[in-house]
Amino acid sequence: MDKLRQTPSQTVGPFFAYGLTARQYGYDFTSIVDNSLVGAFPMGIEIDIIGHVFDGEGKPIPDALIEFRQADEKGRYRSVPLEKADSDFRGFGRFGTGTEPDAGFHFITVKPKALSGQAPHINVILFMRGSLRHLYTRIYFPDELNIDDPILRSVDPSRIRTLIAESSGANRYQFDIHMQGLNETVFFDL
Amino acid sequence: MDQTSFDVHPPHLYAPYKSTILRSPTRPLMPVRELLKDLTLPAFGESLIGKLDNDLTKNARKNGEPIGERIKVSGVVMDEYGKPLAGVLVEIWQANSAGRYVHKEEIHDAPLDPNFLGAGRILTDREGRYSFYTIKPGAYPWGNHFNAWRPNHIHFSVVGHQFEHRLVTQMYFQGDPLFEYDPIFQSVPVHARELLIAKFRMDWTEPEFALAYEFNIILGRRSSTPFE
Ligand SMILES: [Fe+3]
Repeated sequence: MDKLRQTPSQTVGPFFAYGLTARQYGYDFTSIVDNSLVGAFPMGIEIDIIGHVFDGEGKPIPDALIEFRQADEKGRYRSVPLEKADSDFRGFGRFGTGTEPDAGFHFITVKPKALSGQAPHINVILFMRGSLRHLYTRIYFPDELNIDDPILRSVDPSRIRTLIAESSGANRYQFDIHMQGLNETVFFDL
Repeated sequence: MDQTSFDVHPPHLYAPYKSTILRSPTRPLMPVRELLKDLTLPAFGESLIGKLDNDLTKNARKNGEPIGERIKVSGVVMDEYGKPLAGVLVEIWQANSAGRYVHKEEIHDAPLDPNFLGAGRILTDREGRYSFYTIKPGAYPWGNHFNAWRPNHIHFSVVGHQFEHRLVTQMYFQGDPLFEYDPIFQSVPVHARELLIAKFRMDWTEPEFALAYEFNIILGRRSSTPFE
């Protein structure tokens, strides 16, 4: 059967904030997800992940939109629909880099567990002005056994470090994304 | 159909759109399709969506109706085999009828409309359908090159249930004279540009109320791998 042609991708542009991250940016509209992937009473180890997105000149990008998608502390992806009153694990989050003073991003979540031979990780979807199609990458953790992870094993060994966060304090990690240059982050093709 | 006709997406680097130059990856993407094929995106419950969230002509009213041409934009979200996708989150944002965004960094000297925000959302129904009422957005200038203007457009973000069913795009209107000057629109291969243009639908137009446009959204995996 002939497949239908997909709708082509276009840039998110500079002005997504009041539509996609209204509450974070202080607009008078609700947000359905934010930078917390957990509710008030999370199970597991609560962690903070901070980072930046750097352009080809090493400047932090102040109009990027980042989404996190991850499994919970038992390795499960949430399968019931997200609801307004959710107070446990949402497993999906969104943050724009336009509100932190240094154009950073900040997520609050729990350390994921990964099943089926993969190392614990967070899936990242990246959008920005100047990006005509979004990009996928992953955050792995420096304090986990990453050696047998099938994705990391297929990455050029010299670039694996671009997928591993740095520890920056107790339950705090830093993960910077570099669009270009020596430290260019590994992005995935789905 | 041959492979190239499915190659609908713009490249990462498209130099006429200057911001891509420092913001696009220079190394090839790593193919990981097999390893990520079971990955899901979240489902969204109805309680997250407000009653007026899909009516941009009403969801930000302060003291009257927003100014401009009222329109209805509807369509079906489906996969590449034409199967309608239910419960897909469709979010939109746009400029007002004067071509002005509410965004705080926006500096275009055109009036804000106190009764229009320009943001909306909806979940597709069981037949994959979505529908918005809004105001037709105006064209606006931008800094890409001398005398650069964006054609009228509405930004769309779509979150389906599979990881590969994530899309951000822009919907345009038939016959816009700015198409040939706009590098963002032009970044899409020639044969695929029509897929970004909503169809005017006289038969869906609501008498005495609003012109109607149809914009269907087809989601699928992005991979450049030629064969299944
Ligand atoms: Fe725009």
